[in-house]
Amino acid sequence: MRRSFIARNPSILVFLACLALFTLAITLMSEATGAGLISTSFVKTLGKTLCLCLVAVAMDIVWGYCGILSLGHFAFFGLGGYMVGMWLMYARTEIIVAGSLANSPIPPTPGEITDAIGSQIFGVVGSSDFPPIWYFAHSFWAQMALVVIVPGILALVFGWLAFRSRVTGVYLSILTQAMTLALSLYLFQNESGLRGNNGLSGLQNLPGVKAGQDDISMWFFWGSAFALALGYLVCAWVVSGKFGSVVRGIRDDEARVRFLGYSVEGYKLFIFTFTAIIAAIAGALYYPQAGIINPGEVAPIASIYLAVWVAIGGRGRLYGAVIGAALVSLVSTWFTGGGVPSIPLGFYTIDWVDWWLVLLGLSFVLVTLFAPKGIGGLVDLITDRIAPNRHGADYGPDKGALREGEGRK
Amino acid sequence: MPTLLEVSGVSVTFDGYKAIRNLSFQIGESEMRAIIGPNGAGKTTFMDIVTGKTKPDEGRVIWGEKSINLLKMNEARIAQAGIGRKFQRPTVFEDQTVHANLLMALKNPRASFSCLFYKPSFKDLGRVEQLASEVGLSDALMRTSGELSHGQKQWLEIGMLLAQEPRLLLVDEPAAGMTLAEREHTTDLLKEAAKTRAVVVVEHDMEFVRRLECKVTVLHEGSVLAEGSLDHVTANPKVIEVYLGR
Repeated sequence: MRRSFIARNPSILVFLACLALFTLAITLMSEATGAGLISTSFVKTLGKTLCLCLVAVAMDIVWGYCGILSLGHFAFFGLGGYMVGMWLMYARTEIIVAGSLANSPIPPTPGEITDAIGSQIFGVVGSSDFPPIWYFAHSFWAQMALVVIVPGILALVFGWLAFRSRVTGVYLSILTQAMTLALSLYLFQNESGLRGNNGLSGLQNLPGVKAGQDDISMWFFWGSAFALALGYLVCAWVVSGKFGSVVRGIRDDEARVRFLGYSVEGYKLFIFTFTAIIAAIAGALYYPQAGIINPGEVAPIASIYLAVWVAIGGRGRLYGAVIGAALVSLVSTWFTGGGVPSIPLGFYTIDWVDWWLVLLGLSFVLVTLFAPKGIGGLVDLITDRIAPNRHGADYGPDKGALREGEGRK
Repeated sequence: MPTLLEVSGVSVTFDGYKAIRNLSFQIGESEMRAIIGPNGAGKTTFMDIVTGKTKPDEGRVIWGEKSINLLKMNEARIAQAGIGRKFQRPTVFEDQTVHANLLMALKNPRASFSCLFYKPSFKDLGRVEQLASEVGLSDALMRTSGELSHGQKQWLEIGMLLAQEPRLLLVDEPAAGMTLAEREHTTDLLKEAAKTRAVVVVEHDMEFVRRLECKVTVLHEGSVLAEGSLDHVTANPKVIEVYLGR
């Protein structure tokens, strides 16, 4: 009766094979390692898209499997980016400063170097002292640990406070939005110590690396693909088996899970923190490819996009989240990048840069109303998954419960 | 027979309405008890209090040999202590298979990390199959529980309750919406369960209660009106007036 984990979830193998093929194809077409058919900037876009797919997988776990509509997971994504950005900025500035001071008649003391780095980084916000939060910025390993620790602890504390008061449904969503907004507003201040609205920049340059952007973009592309594969596997494993049963039970009817003797709050906290950490790792891979991070990235709207991707791709199936994130973010890049010709109507010209959001909103509404399985539901056409007939009844009384159209027979 | 659960002097008020007033109730270790009473008598509220869903304004709820105070515990801890509850409406996890439902209910460590690394042992799998055959769902093990019939869902929920190996079973209207044959099967299940544990059944249907052949407690306006055998309480003029006479 018990088969191996992969045998029970054949979609994992299919997904990993597709991802491997895609990675290979891009590698063979890139400028650095292949025929040069696609530009380095497009490789970066694809690498960033893979990171967005990873954070969407995390969102699907927290929303599609556990029923918590978190509208704050992009805050963890952004925090991961800030953590990696601090080291990148510090280390690169350190090399530049050390290089220029090396020519001075008297060799500089370590203190002078630190001061010079400080005034280089913080000159733009009228300061030159390192704020306490930069204490570990000089150390690669410490800052990498912080990528996981800072968002993890924020999620743990926030989740503990929210879940133990049994805040659920739309109130929890509002609370997570408030958290994101607060973090974004805090980061906008110059006093926050993260360069206010300038954010951290120049992140595309790896300190001490001679290779050009062509090569670096490929490294990050491979890294992102590997992280997505690993993240997908771990997430699929977490939601399989008994833990997954309990988590899906919480989504559909958390009171019943409680009466079975499971501590619902503990499970929610586990899922919330676990997905926050995945989001942070995705962010830490994303921003070196984007080159810049500023508080606008953490704005509440970003987290809402995340929910839209998962809804369009298909909630409650991990490949759905990946499809949704990849498709919507790539199409979004195409539309907002001016790639789509405007439509002149005579009296008005539809400029897609402005109208893309309307189109996205419309497709979100249409998918929610008429295709609750999302794009991932198309997979059901080739598998034997049949839609149930429940006469419109949801799978449980809770707000996040699976809807009839999302179920399987 | 030693007392398993003792509820004494419990009162609870919702927005000025006294749902339970000075209720006292006891049940022994392997006893079957039926609770009857008109709508609004406080039957479900009583279960909510025992299972930790509702906190009473006053009174005590004492559990087991060690006389543990249940009012200080949350729902999950009370369930772990050995109180299982079946709801009026069948509540199973409809998106998941019968097998997964039973496996989740099986008495095993409930902490998140032990669940994450849980591998079902042969003993557990055997137990799931045994439970499924007890409740008549052997053929449906791999079916999604959402597509079971109403009666089958009720049995699955009873099976899940038994899987928890509780010492006290609280069952809310198990026969509601069942056919006659299904009712008989349910009666047998409950009587079998009551041999090794305490079972409290809340029920409207007198015929069903009669078949359980157990002591009956009549609730009215949140307190106990009469207690004894079914024939004894149905002969009580006060009971006839408030409940049976209608």
